[in-house]
Amino acid sequence: MSGELTYLDHAASTPMRREAIDAMLPFLDQQFANPNGSHRFARQARAALDDAREVVADVVGCRPGEVVFTGGGTEADNTAVLGVVAHRGGVAVCSAAEHHAVLHAVEQAKGIVVGVDADGHIDLAALAASVDEHTTIVSVMAVNNEVGTITDVAALADVVRRANPAAALHTDAVQGACWLDLRTVWPHVDLMALSAHKFGGPKGIGVLVVRQGTEFHPLLVGGGQERDRRSGTQNVAGAVAMATALRLTDAERDHELVRIAALRDRLVDSLVAALPDVRETVDRGRKVAGSAHLCIAGIENEALLFLLDEGGVCASAASACAAGAMEPSHVLAAMGVERQWSNGAVRLSLGHTTTDVDVDRAVEVVTSAVRRIREFQR
Amino acid sequence: MKVLCAMSGGVDSSVAALELLRDGHEVVGVTMRLWGGDSDTGCCSVADVDDARRVAQQIGIDHLVFNFTDDFDTHVVDPYVRAHADGITPNPCIECNRHLKFHRLSERADVLGFDAIATGHHARIVTVGGVHHVARGADALKDQSYVVHMLPQHELARTLFPVGHLTKAQVRERAVEAGLRTATKPDSQDVCFITHTGGREQFLGARIPFRSAAVVDADGAPIGEVPSVELVTIGQRRGLGLPGGGPKQYVLDVDTITRTVVVGADADLFDDEVHVVDLHWAGVPETDVLVQCSAHGATHPATVMPGNGVVSTLRWHQRQRRVAPGQTVVLYDASDARVLAGGIATRRR
Repeated sequence: MSGELTYLDHAASTPMRREAIDAMLPFLDQQFANPNGSHRFARQARAALDDAREVVADVVGCRPGEVVFTGGGTEADNTAVLGVVAHRGGVAVCSAAEHHAVLHAVEQAKGIVVGVDADGHIDLAALAASVDEHTTIVSVMAVNNEVGTITDVAALADVVRRANPAAALHTDAVQGACWLDLRTVWPHVDLMALSAHKFGGPKGIGVLVVRQGTEFHPLLVGGGQERDRRSGTQNVAGAVAMATALRLTDAERDHELVRIAALRDRLVDSLVAALPDVRETVDRGRKVAGSAHLCIAGIENEALLFLLDEGGVCASAASACAAGAMEPSHVLAAMGVERQWSNGAVRLSLGHTTTDVDVDRAVEVVTSAVRRIREFQR
Repeated sequence: MKVLCAMSGGVDSSVAALELLRDGHEVVGVTMRLWGGDSDTGCCSVADVDDARRVAQQIGIDHLVFNFTDDFDTHVVDPYVRAHADGITPNPCIECNRHLKFHRLSERADVLGFDAIATGHHARIVTVGGVHHVARGADALKDQSYVVHMLPQHELARTLFPVGHLTKAQVRERAVEAGLRTATKPDSQDVCFITHTGGREQFLGARIPFRSAAVVDADGAPIGEVPSVELVTIGQRRGLGLPGGGPKQYVLDVDTITRTVVVGADADLFDDEVHVVDLHWAGVPETDVLVQCSAHGATHPATVMPGNGVVSTLRWHQRQRRVAPGQTVVLYDASDARVLAGGIATRRR
């Protein structure tokens, strides 16, 4: 995003694609009807919803009937974990670096949390030891939201299937849609969560992809929409916009991966060259192209984010609590990053609007902000 | 100036931010998250942060939240617990002001390029002969100079109390005029990390083992027992497990090492002197002072006795009720307007 602001918080939310906005507007206006009705307006809405479902299915590589529209990524993750445990009982297992949408669900279900390595990848040996005949669902994210680590889903699936072929395998792919060909992920899992606003769609809509035959208890009951898997009138405008954004993202992915990786590499290399005691949290070979995550010694990231904001650079650190205060990152803690490094953790996440100008600006602003803080805190 | 205004979500700090804006400052509001545990009052609840943020939005300033929970534990909660274990009655709100609301915030404000910090305390700052003094706020009933008395010169030089010249009624009037949602919000009263349901006993009980103590009379004769010496405070009358009927008995002394609680008559609670450690003077030490020993207590005249040890002695002009060790003792000038010095009450020697 050129001009006044440098937006490097795409992993939190990426700007909507213009095409997605245009696609959804008619469904907020003239084509407002409930898609479950029995008149012409309803049929129009239903057709749009069916089209959107097919687009999503095409990009994921699943059947249209396996696409369940949800109110977002958190709902999809909650449905997978809590829904399977509610239906089958047993024990849920996840990694310690999961997004809270999975982690808190597994904790609520009194499940097992498995450790991760220094790059945030789940410890497969520990996972193998934790999955047994009591396990009913295993949930491991495809891409970590904080540090960008990519899970080897094929290797993960191999471990889970060998330990217990009956356990369902869920992956939170919310941070994956921009960077991974979902068709290479889906064959290995039974459930997969997506969130539209991470790839240019609107907030408040997501997908839970459910492999046919995978049984779970719906989180929401009522009118039986989404084939009894998610009740509530569907968000037609959201689904249409999400499908539009997902199709564009998928079509441009190969090209964007190269372009954005080059921007990210220049950003990180410049910062590491300009500032002493800065380290990349995760090896670049193990993470997605759009993620730059750095640990900067001797600074507090709360102060850094303020100075970046003042300098027109939007970035983030860990997640915020209900009051809006930043919490120490559970992901970095799980990776064993010491507090003196994790206190200075910052995430600069790139996306479809990021340009060379953004990288130049970010290098300049981050460098001067870090120098200023270090000067005062010496 | 560029001012970082601490906003708790209460009416005083809301109006403080508003006053700063009206005085032409560039203002950013900040709510400090201090206590990470259970709370039913105080500054850390989500609803209070919501109020602070909404006021900031309404008056058109940026609002930040700083997470200082680690420092709060280190500088306020841990010392509070240790003090009780040692039979000392601490004042955690003063330690919070000292370490968090002023020192920590001031440090952060420096890094972020602010010229000053501000809070909604009812206090003023006056400068006499080049020395900054904390002075009483305009509203005698709401005056908070006691709880901010300890600010060092370099912090006072960069601190603003924008509502210090207003009465509480005027603060509320201004909030009403500006349509602030906090206009009629009640004042917070208690220690933010102690809940109404659990109280001090539950909080401390989760952190230190309680030990029983013998209750003895002034001659040392045992007359009862309390289950937890850590919860007993000088001047306390209730909860000592003593049989009723006799004259009222008050706690005169608490010794956590020998696990002894000495009780006696109200008259035995009065002392000629109070001993103070770490007495810090804003300017040149003086001799005749007015002394305040609790947040909203009265002041009493005393003379600062000569001496240059760690412990200073203040001789009351008229005998006064004993001050529990750990309590903050603040010395005001003869006109009872500005703070001269402050320290912590210690045991009689």
